[in-house]
Formats: sequence, C-alpha cells, structure tokens
Amino acid sequence: MTSLVHAESFLVIDVGSISTRAFLFDVVDQQYRFIAVGVSPTTINSPFFNISEGVRRALDQLQEFTGRRFIGKDEQLIIPVAGDGSGVDRFAASISVGKPLNIVAVGLLEDVSLESACHLASTINSKLTQVISLNDRRKQDTRINMLLRVRPDLIIAAGGTNGGASLTVKKLLETVGLACYLMPENQRPEILFAGNQVLEEELKSIIGSIAPIHFAPNIRPTLEREQLDPSYVHLANIYSIIRTRQIPGAEELYRWSEGNLMPTSVAFGRIVRFLSKVNKVDKRALGIDIGSSATTLATAYKGELSLKVFPGFGIGSGLGELLDYIPLSQILKFLPEEISENKLKEFLANNSIYPSSLPATQEEMTIAHGLVRQIMQEVIKSTNIENRKAASMTSEYFTGFEPILATGSILTQAPSLAHSALLLLDGLQPVGITTLILDQNQITPALGAASLINPILVVQILNSNSLLHLGTVIAPVGFARTGSPVLRVRITYQSGQESKIEVKQGSLERIVLPYGQPARLHLQPLLRYDIGMGAPGRGGDLRVTGGALGVIIDARGRPIRLPEKRNAYQDLQRKWFSTLES
Amino acid sequence: MFSSVRHILPITVIRRERYLPVPGKVLVRTQQKVAASDTVAEANVHPELLILEVGKGLGMPPEKADSHIQCRAGDQLVEGDIVAGPVGFTRRLIRSPRDGKVILVGNGQILIELSTKNYMLKAGLPGTVMELISDKGVIIETTGALIQGVWGNGRIDTGVMARLPIESDQTITTSNIDISLRGIVVLAQHCQDQQALRFAEELPLRGLILASMLPDLIPIAMKLQLPIIVIEGFGNRRFNGLTEKLLATNENREVAVNAESWNQYTAARPEIVIPLPATSSLTTPQVETSLTSGRRVHILRAPYLGEIGTIKKIIGITEFPGGVKAPGAEVLLESGKIQIFPIANLELLA
Repeated sequence: MTSLVHAESFLVIDVGSISTRAFLFDVVDQQYRFIAVGVSPTTINSPFFNISEGVRRALDQLQEFTGRRFIGKDEQLIIPVAGDGSGVDRFAASISVGKPLNIVAVGLLEDVSLESACHLASTINSKLTQVISLNDRRKQDTRINMLLRVRPDLIIAAGGTNGGASLTVKKLLETVGLACYLMPENQRPEILFAGNQVLEEELKSIIGSIAPIHFAPNIRPTLEREQLDPSYVHLANIYSIIRTRQIPGAEELYRWSEGNLMPTSVAFGRIVRFLSKVNKVDKRALGIDIGSSATTLATAYKGELSLKVFPGFGIGSGLGELLDYIPLSQILKFLPEEISENKLKEFLANNSIYPSSLPATQEEMTIAHGLVRQIMQEVIKSTNIENRKAASMTSEYFTGFEPILATGSILTQAPSLAHSALLLLDGLQPVGITTLILDQNQITPALGAASLINPILVVQILNSNSLLHLGTVIAPVGFARTGSPVLRVRITYQSGQESKIEVKQGSLERIVLPYGQPARLHLQPLLRYDIGMGAPGRGGDLRVTGGALGVIIDARGRPIRLPEKRNAYQDLQRKWFSTLES
Repeated sequence: MFSSVRHILPITVIRRERYLPVPGKVLVRTQQKVAASDTVAEANVHPELLILEVGKGLGMPPEKADSHIQCRAGDQLVEGDIVAGPVGFTRRLIRSPRDGKVILVGNGQILIELSTKNYMLKAGLPGTVMELISDKGVIIETTGALIQGVWGNGRIDTGVMARLPIESDQTITTSNIDISLRGIVVLAQHCQDQQALRFAEELPLRGLILASMLPDLIPIAMKLQLPIIVIEGFGNRRFNGLTEKLLATNENREVAVNAESWNQYTAARPEIVIPLPATSSLTTPQVETSLTSGRRVHILRAPYLGEIGTIKKIIGITEFPGGVKAPGAEVLLESGKIQIFPIANLELLA
C-alpha cells in the first residue's frame, strides 16, 4: 500500500450549511497526505445566493496556504494538473447545504417495505412528508391531491420481495404516475424504485415517460431482511441531481466531480463503515456529525452501515425546530446554570435566524453545549433502540461502540479538548471500553466523497493522524452507591513503571498517558460492574495508546444522574473539567 | 470577510422580484401602478382532483361504462352537468358534483380538476410594475424608506403608521389599543400577550410593527391575518436607534408592511416600505458586503443583540468569553462603548 502506481493530487470540496471547505490531498514520500484546507462561509444566503462564491473563496484560501492555483482564467477548475503545477488530478465533492428534501415514501406493508423506504429516506437530509401503503384507506383521488399538495422532491417506492407481489405494487404506483402526470413537467419528482426487481422494465415503460424513475436493488429482498446499503449510491446520485437543480452553483460541482457530488451524510457514513471494517474488536463503529441544520448518526458493524440524518436536530438553523422534537424541560436539565424557559426559547428563536453566528458569552456557550448534549442523547437513544431491536438485545444498554468518531463545528471548535470530550461523554454516554476520535478538521465527509474514486487515499489519510485520538474511555456500569469503589486499574507504562488507581462510583478519572505512548491496563471491576469484557464483574488486560487526554475512566453511572441543585451540578462540572484538563 | 446586509435606509430605490410558487397567470401590465396589497399574479397552487367511478355509479363493469361517458378531456363543467348516462329503465345519471375541468376519461373513470380558489400573489410594496416574468411574477420598483426585519407572519397590508400612546411604555396590550386605531399600522416596542394580538386582529389593525415579541407568540401570530413584523428579534428588546429615528420621522405616513417569512435561500425578507418621492440621484442600495473599518454594523447576538455600531478595526482570531475562538472586529457602539465581537455576529447595515 505504500507504493502508489498513480500518484494523484486530489481536491475535495464539502459545502455545508455554514462553511465551505476545500481539502487538498497529495502524495508525499509515497503516501497520501492531507496538505491543507481552505475554509469560507457558505454563500447560499444573502448577499450571494450561490455557493460558487464560497467555493472560490475556500479555494483562494487554499491557494494562499499552498501556493498552488486551482481556478483557471476561464473560472473553471484546472483538472488535471497543468505543466506549471497548477490544478489537481482528481476532484470530488460533498454537499449538505439546502432545505431537507421533501420525500414521500410508498410501500406495500407498513412494517415491511414502507418501513424500509422510510429508513432509506432518513439516510439523507430529508423530511418525510407523506407515506402511501396498501393499508392506506384514502381514496385514489385523495392520494393524488396529497401528492399534488406536498409536491415532493423525491418519491421512494418499495414493495414486493424479489419475485413476489407485483400487481399491488403497480396499483400503488399508478397513483404516483397519475399525480406526476398532473404536475407541471418541471416540478415532477424524481422516483426511486427499490422493490421487486421483476417490475423494472414494466415500470420504466409506465412511469418512465412521465417522471424520471431510477432503480436500486430491492431494499426488502425478503420479508425479514432489510438491505439498504446497495441503494445508498443510487439515492446519493438522485440527491445530487435534485441539489443541482435547487442550489445555484451546485451544478458546477456536479460537473467538476463528473457526477460524484455526494450527500455529506452518505460520505460521512462511508468512513464510519470503513472504520467498522478495520475494527479489531467485535463492536459497532459509531460516527456523529452535529451540523447547523441536522445531526447525522452512523453506526456500522463489519461493513454494514446504518445511517440516519435527524433534520431539525441542528445547532444553527435547526434550533428553531428543536422544541418540536425535544421537550424544553429536557434541555433545561442539562444546563448547569439557572436559565428561565423564556430565556431558552429566546435563545432558540433568535439564533435560528442567524445560524452562522457564534455563542460569544459564557451563558450562550453554556446553553449551546446543553443543547448539544441533549441532541446527542436523543439521537443515540433512537439508535440504541434500533440496534437493540436489530440485535434482539434485551439489556438496557447496547454493548458499546468502538470507536466513536465525532465531527461538527460545535464539537471541533469547543473551547478546549476537555470540553469536546465531556460533551461526547455526557451526550453519548458510552458504556464499556471505547475510543473517542475527534475530526478536528472536519475532514471525514471529504474522505467519504473521495473514497469512491480513490480508496487508497482514504486508508492512508486515516492512518496518518489526520483525526485526533482524544483518548480511550472505560465506562463501567453497574449498581453501587456513589463513592463505592467499582474498578481497580493497574497501569504498566512503556518504561515498565506501574501505578494503580481505584475508581469510585460517580467519579470521572483521567490516567495521564502522553499522546501515542502505549501502556497496558489491568482492569478489575468490583461489585459485578460491567466494563464490556464479556460479563459483569469480568476484567482483564487492555492495551491502550495515549490520546490527547490520556485515558478516561467515566464511572459516573449510566444514565448519568445529574444533581437537581444547580450549585451542586456546577461544582461537579467544574470538577470534571479540572480532571480532564489537569 | 463579508456579511449579509440589512437595509435601514431613509430613502432609496426599492426593486423587488415577486414570484408565484408555481407557474400561473400575471395579472398586471408593465408601468402599472400597484398598491402593496394588490394582486399581481395568481396560480392554482393546490389543485383538487376528483375521480368519478362511472362504472360503479351506473352499475356496470368499468370497461362497459366508457361508452356512456358524455364528456371529454378539456371540457369545462358546471356543478350538476351530466357527465355519464342515462342508463337503464331508471335513466341513471352521473352529474358533476362541482365546477371543474375534465382532465382524463377512460377505464370507467372521469378525472376532474375541481375549481378551487387561486393563490393570489400580492405586490408586497406600492410601486410601478417594471417587468413581467412570464407565467411566474413581476418586478416592482418604488422609492421610499426601507426597514428590514427578522421575522414576519407571512401577511401583507398597508396603512397609516402610528405609534402607541407614549404613556403605554410601548408594550402593546389589550388596554392600550382601541377602536381609534382601527385601520392603522401600529408601531410598538414589544408584545408579550397573545390576547393583545387577537384584539389587534379583531379591531382590526392594518399591521403591527414590533421591535420584539416573545417567542411563545409565534404560533398565534402565524394564524392571524394581520401582518406582524418583528424588527430586532425575540425577547424584550427595543428598536435600535437608527430604526427608531426613521420610524419616528415617518409617523403618520402610509406604510406597506410586507411580513413575508425570511427565506434565507432567496432575497425575500420581512420589510417595511414607506413610499416617498424620489430625488434625482437615487439608486438601488449598494450590495457591498465587505466588513471593513468604518462600516456600520448590526449586532446579531447577546449581550448586545440589536445594537448598532461602527467597525473600528478588524482583528485576527480572538478568544471570546464563552471560549470560542474566531476572527473578531472592534466595534464602536452607539452608546459610545467599544466592544469586540466575532465577525460572524455582525451584519452590515446599508
């Protein structure tokens, strides 16, 4: 893997709701390296209303850093590299800016194909505005009126196992076809059919002449099995087609990338899937990307990805909708300072108006961090439920994740690494043994977009410390009184030196271990506490490498029970910060 | 560094593109004078369709029913028109249940597009129609004062602007608005009472211009027909000095309140237009977006939300009290204080 046959420079642009980033990768000493990133505010809003301006500003900054020119006199990307060294060999892009796609899902049975169509819709930034199924009691004209009213950007249709039901599927799609026929031609939705494969030719001839129809492998090939993964690439393709129509400037990226304009969520998911493939332990990899308008949560096990975008769970423009999903009392619970309901509502309403503005006071930062914790709680709760369902697990907690990859400005630009770590620990509340990885440069969507074209680049960049290893986390769970010893740890450093600590229930501890330095931990849980080594009370040896915060032991319990008195909560939080920052 | 621009201008040329959400019909001609609440275009945004099952109605299989259908695609129907039959001894008939237009006929079915109320696109500002955009909308131009806000409830109207009585502390309540304000666009600092909003609608007022209101009032405000525009933000805030002065100068003048929602992806933004005669050298507002020293800015976040100041200098990456590190700017506020703000928290005033 170290010798590359084709040494290519690679430029990736990621257009987010707030920032546009241009990443340059190139070969140094026969290895791909992340060279630099140029960042600009995204210019979809006033005064430009076109993302091209932001793209060029990000490229200008990249040019400043690298001395390399990317845009030619014709205002186009120089590709491949010119004789004078300007330009790049390859280009890819990802995009998340824009309103959530308006999707209607169509399926035969509510808890089978329709459910899978809804799952597929949730893998991109979208809002599911309506569903149609066999059990739908509405008359055909009512369903047509509904489709005409909601004017979807995309209809995802599924139904019929391969070789199974076909007549009923066709009947359902007749309504879709008729509604599309009645829409003005330039407003007809894209249709993705991911059902009974036998119907492909027939549907092409029935609907293909009315609206653009695409086909993906059946997402419910059997009644019991959902198979979304193969359809991600088809959905990503449709997403980019829709975005090029909706977002001024996106067409240029589509052209430069030769159609490889990927939804940021899908690009991020590809990296989480990759991490799960190289996982040395039998656990799911987890990735969380907290954006301005939505949060993406990706979990993957041995290469099988489960991806979900939570629109409205954003820390910028999403704030206006947040109370539709999370009760106010839940958010207030996570705030260490006394903040009135009205004040919190004002914060949400005012800051959703200006999503790119920053919390510049202590109080605003406290509120923003409280919101992030709550957002993570909500999304992980829903994922844990789904994962438990998938794994037929009955325990309260899923066995844990390895690693946990986090990105999004609110995490990567937190006041300190201790803040980032504590936000993740409070929000995700991992159990057992895991590793926290922070994507400080928000590079993962770019790598995901590049992975389709150059997987070697992705492997080498991920192995090159482009992501920050915050630390290994050991989170024992069990039942004991606060202050009771629950875990004994013996640390053997590389030098052979040893030290021991006893961890008490309710505490957060940090083992100082320099970045990259290996050590061996001998873990002995007490009181039948579970650290994810196979059974409650079971311990063992663990080889770790020092992260930016060493090794963290989080024995605060699951779920973390916060003191009701604000003063006590503030004291605790100060203590936790000082532990991690010491 | 660039930023979005907010207009608070005593006199300028205001040019607005007004678009239908779907293709429709433009109802005005170029150079026509329009009022803010005049309809300039219309479209059938939510068509309503009806399928008549002729076979079922006539008591026969669908394939046989086609020969008894008496209408064709494109026919206009009036409620009660016979669309199929008569059939059998009882001379069974099917009539159109409402006015509409036949879209499709076949397989024993008739698909009718029912006549529904069209969406009416209002001018949004008083002015002259400068250009027609085929099937889509118009471009309207006027001269006058322009004040842009941050939130609107989607309604549009015009009226004479008047301030609440001074002794009322400028917070609108049920007790400080009465019948004497009927037909008036009321200017107030704040609203925290949903009863006051309801009462304002009942009177009715023609519009409500607020510096701020409680976020709890958003759902009720969205239901009212009365245009409500919020200039500064949510909570309890007062107008910034510049807006306050401009509104005071134009009290008792006719104003157009366009409380359309702020669409971050288009230029649409809630705004107040106060038509004034043009001076000879007037142009549209400049779209210079660079944040440089000497430019006037509007502060977007606490603790100085809504205040106005002038950039003294742009500084590099700065750590702010919350711990965030970002490019900053030193700003001289109207109060005379000098404060440092993240550049992301500034909006240019023009």
